[in-house]
Amino acid sequence: MTNETNNIVEDKLELEDKFLAPENRKRQVTTPDGTIIEVDPLRDYFSDARPQIYRPNSIPVIENFLNWARAESLWVLGFGTGCGSIELPPLTTPRFDAYRFGVQMRATPRQSNVFIISGYLSVKTLKRVVRSYEQMPNPKYVIALGSCTINGGMYYDSYNTINRLDQYMPVDVYIAGCMPRPEALLAGFNKLKELIKAGKAEKANEYVENFDWYKANQKKIIKDWNMPDYNW
Amino acid sequence: MEQLINKLQKSFKLSDVKHQRENLTFVTVKKDSALDLVTHCRDYEGFSHFVLLSCVDWIEDGKFQLTYLLNNPSGKFDLGIRTFISRDNASMTSAHLLWRQIATYQRELKEMYGIDFPGSPRVDESFILEGWDEIPPMRREFDTKKYSEDTYFPREGRGSNDPATYMKSKLYPDDEK
Amino acid sequence: MDFDLTKLLFTLLGLLIVLNWGILMSGIIRKIGARVAKRYGIPVYQGWIDLIKNYAIRSQITHGIMFYLGPVFRLSGGVGLFLFMPMIFGSEHWSNYSFQGDLILLMYFQFFGMLGMALGAGEGGHPNSAIGISRGLSQFTTIEVPMTLAVIAIAIQYHTLSIADIVAAQQGSILNWTVFTNPFATVAAMLSVLGAFGHSPFNLVKAPNEIPIGPPTEYHGTFLGVLRTNAAILHVIEAVLFMNLFFGGASNWFELFLKSFLIYFWSVFVGMVFPRFRIEQSVRWFLKIPTLLGIIAIILA
Repeated sequence: MTNETNNIVEDKLELEDKFLAPENRKRQVTTPDGTIIEVDPLRDYFSDARPQIYRPNSIPVIENFLNWARAESLWVLGFGTGCGSIELPPLTTPRFDAYRFGVQMRATPRQSNVFIISGYLSVKTLKRVVRSYEQMPNPKYVIALGSCTINGGMYYDSYNTINRLDQYMPVDVYIAGCMPRPEALLAGFNKLKELIKAGKAEKANEYVENFDWYKANQKKIIKDWNMPDYNW
Repeated sequence: MEQLINKLQKSFKLSDVKHQRENLTFVTVKKDSALDLVTHCRDYEGFSHFVLLSCVDWIEDGKFQLTYLLNNPSGKFDLGIRTFISRDNASMTSAHLLWRQIATYQRELKEMYGIDFPGSPRVDESFILEGWDEIPPMRREFDTKKYSEDTYFPREGRGSNDPATYMKSKLYPDDEK
Repeated sequence: MDFDLTKLLFTLLGLLIVLNWGILMSGIIRKIGARVAKRYGIPVYQGWIDLIKNYAIRSQITHGIMFYLGPVFRLSGGVGLFLFMPMIFGSEHWSNYSFQGDLILLMYFQFFGMLGMALGAGEGGHPNSAIGISRGLSQFTTIEVPMTLAVIAIAIQYHTLSIADIVAAQQGSILNWTVFTNPFATVAAMLSVLGAFGHSPFNLVKAPNEIPIGPPTEYHGTFLGVLRTNAAILHVIEAVLFMNLFFGGASNWFELFLKSFLIYFWSVFVGMVFPRFRIEQSVRWFLKIPTLLGIIAIILA
């Protein structure tokens, strides 16, 4: 399994080497003691193993308890993709105060559980979004904010923004509107909490199950695919 | 402003002088002398601030219109210098030596319109569209709606309304005009 | 030394109390901070939920042995501090494993966790974590300077390196506390504790919006849970250390809670008022007034 994936990655890299930044290309490096080694930064920096499915705990009581903890402690990745990200900062202000719902902002995908796709998503941003999404640890949830993520919104005929987010990553909660106000976002958080507590927010596993379909869709529009298939 | 235009008329062939506002004037020059005029305005007429470089696609005439917008901070007025270049094999002399930031504008124009600026730094690198392999998207022969429908999985059942007629029918349903 | 099961159990129970008090204390502090900002604020029990959630994260990604050992070192630094800290004065059960000269050991243990963190974060693979950890170490080194000077001054004053003896010397009257008998050392140490707690003027190292170049960037799930557990223990222990050294120690748990809360609140109080320092500014600041006060304290002693 892993060997096959490695081969695919290698073949692809040779094809698309032209997109790589110079510091990420394969190259020969002379070590201080004189031997020449080959360095392939893409292989060194990233793992190319396929993602795994993590089943929920089989004991319902424990899983419900853990789901309660996950629902009450939502850590949001601070990644604003479009104009909707201007609705995120007011959440921490006295007027809306999302902290009282256990919603906190984190700056690194490794520590966050919720990814808010805020508004339109251009192809260039989608590439970064996919990487950040895959770096988040397993129970992870996506909130799609605004009409642009549902059907393209007012950018439905743009050459550069996607129309439907659910073709590229699984979405837990949609918040419609252009733009939704922070109250709508809070309602979305509460809806997400209900889903998590009911054990219905297992979209991270869904992403892994339909991994090839999602990857094909992503690669259809990200034409300079210069990263490994799965990067974590 | 009038004095400045008259003064420039003596050494450059200005055509189509248009006084847009009290403090904004557009002039049109030939492609060959456009950068000479820009340089002259920068060095001798006090236009020390470069505002923007933009492009308009006149597909019916087969031309691109480039506009160099300059600002004179001491006189508080703007001068737009227009020039027309051919749409086929569109190419223009690079102006990045006058102001360094022009290189970024030229990089964007190369990507969005396909206008080449030989010698401009990093002009061939992708600017916003990474890995774009269609014709440049801001050219008017590019059908952006069709491209979007082919590429981005449009959702079934999405409708749009013309805002004017829609609001009219909503707000004044009895108005039969 | 013979094995004493009762003592061990009491020590573990004390650790549990300290851990929960640390989580509750940071919850209360965050609540107070929210109320200062006229917000309703986070629930006080949010710390426990965050811990449970972090331990319940399913997928973990490792970057090598040192990546595992970083949080472990950090936690052993915090627990080590606890083990050698006499918590309640005069109590046989709650004095843990303190001994003559434990002050030296504690000063060392304060640095231990930071070093372990440096090793772990260095292996994290994040290109900027080396910058983050070097900033953290440089700031912590300068924090240590006035603190060490103050501790030396106290050691000279009381002719002992045992924390229990220092506490014993302060009993009797409130005027026997070090804060009155040796004010310069106290002020120097209280200024350096601002940095040790990592609140606002000096929290550049691990502030959330600085995390992209901070040490714990790559830590998630259980690793982060261990780090947070340690942070809760460490905050209480640092406060208890200062309480023992300068404010007469505590004779029961209630006094310990009150005093440690007030000492911790002092750093929060300053943090609410002052904006964040950059590393080079904070390094200079620590080497100026607090160090000067520490030197004065030594000269007077």
